[in-house]
Amino acid sequence: MLPGVMRLYVAVAVSTFRRYTAYRAATAAGVFTNIVFGFIVAYAYMALWHERPNLGGYGREQALTFVWISQALAAAMALLGGGFQEELQERIRTGEIAIDLSRPVDMQLWWLACDLGRAVFHLLSRGVVPLAVGALAFRLALPQSPLMWLAFLLSALLGAVVSFALRYLVALSSFWLLDGAGVNMVNGLLTMFFSGMLLPLTVFPGAFGETARLLPWAAVLQTPADVLLGRHHGSGLGRALLFQAGWVLVLLSAGRAMQLRATQRTVVQGG
Amino acid sequence: MARALDGLRAYRLIAAMWIRSAAAYRTSFLVTAIGSFTASGLSFAAILLMFSHVEVLGGLLLPEAALLYGTSNTALGLADLTLGNMVSLGQRVRDGTLNTLLVRPAPVLAQVAADRFALRRIGRIGQGALVLIWALAQVDVAWTPLKILLVPVMLISGAAIFGAVYIVGAAFQFCAQDAAEVQNSFTYGGNALLQYPPAVFAKEVVWGATFVIPLAFVNWLPVLYILDRGNPLGLPTWLAFAAPAVATALCAAAGLAWRAGLRGYRSAGS
Repeated sequence: MLPGVMRLYVAVAVSTFRRYTAYRAATAAGVFTNIVFGFIVAYAYMALWHERPNLGGYGREQALTFVWISQALAAAMALLGGGFQEELQERIRTGEIAIDLSRPVDMQLWWLACDLGRAVFHLLSRGVVPLAVGALAFRLALPQSPLMWLAFLLSALLGAVVSFALRYLVALSSFWLLDGAGVNMVNGLLTMFFSGMLLPLTVFPGAFGETARLLPWAAVLQTPADVLLGRHHGSGLGRALLFQAGWVLVLLSAGRAMQLRATQRTVVQGG
Repeated sequence: MARALDGLRAYRLIAAMWIRSAAAYRTSFLVTAIGSFTASGLSFAAILLMFSHVEVLGGLLLPEAALLYGTSNTALGLADLTLGNMVSLGQRVRDGTLNTLLVRPAPVLAQVAADRFALRRIGRIGQGALVLIWALAQVDVAWTPLKILLVPVMLISGAAIFGAVYIVGAAFQFCAQDAAEVQNSFTYGGNALLQYPPAVFAKEVVWGATFVIPLAFVNWLPVLYILDRGNPLGLPTWLAFAAPAVATALCAAAGLAWRAGLRGYRSAGS
């Protein structure tokens, strides 16, 4: 890719980041909510892990870390809604998408840059504060080594791209369905359940659990959390990152194919 | 009194209008109602998954925990159906459309509460009620007339307590329009709290949920009475019957907060 083109997408990401910084009260409210939910779930998990130490291969401290990591990543990964897709759907519904299509930029990369800018903002604001509060209130199993944190950030970045790629498919379905409410809802439910937000996927029983851990939603939250918890090392860490990268490739390609089909059938009527 | 009747009439008319409008898109209504049912069911799926690994959580068996879940979710569902759209008050303050409501000859509270009334929210009530019925059938309780009476009393008081939280939250949005999400901590967060046995939480949390924001009266205290369990704070059991009084007091306080908020509202003139 040409450096000039790269600069454009970086600029898009930076300006989305700045757009989100404008809503300070909303951000503070979100942080507050993440902390409240973090405490509630943390107590419930403590009771669960008290009854069954080592459930899902986690010790008590690891389970608590999982709670606060999922709260920290919830906004960044748009696990409970938010993000770009409703804006894109609205543009498709109203026809404003015609303007986007006539721009000399790639639509998928444009929205990816937007969503990553938002994700970075949410990671820094709604991620760092709840995790710090969690670490102050409970004994967490956070890694000491900066390399582990780096691996986590890489895994979180891949997770954010998987999350984007899934929602891009959802948003593009509006070219055919116009009203995205139904698809959004199904996607929201699947994300909530299969990301590990509700309960770590390692706790899901039997074959159901094994399947759940292979789905793309697992790459969004479960994998980054497990990387931070140090459950993958050496070649295992490589495999975990490859699992995410694989889903990135598959889903982004699917998005590209869908975008091609959609733009081919779009007729701009003018006026 | 006349004003209250006025408000109820306005609420009924506006809600009926939104129901008619939703009925025009029947499939969409069905899909979103099923969505509301499923979304609310996911949290029960999590509890079921937890109980697939343990017999007892926080001193309660699955049907007993389900009793907590069913009562809290049904009460929140009732409040959410009737007052849930008050969350969007901040949006109306921001874009100036609240002014339209101020000049109409009907109480503003009724108008804001019925605004975009979403019948699809019966999905949550249905889901909560199903779990509640299952729990009532499964749970091992020596039923007395007083305990039977406590079930509907608890649901209505619980809905009123959550409703008061919605109104206070909306009043708060007059001064902090963007901070609507804080409200979720107390409504959905409160619901998440009440789904688990109180013994799970630290004493300070239970104390706060009893005396600061008295959510414990929604279901913890009444359900512990029905199950003949003492509560973790060692409070007298008759407190379970204080739920209607607590709900009434909270609603009165919410009314005052709403008035103060509305009185302090200054339009930007847009």
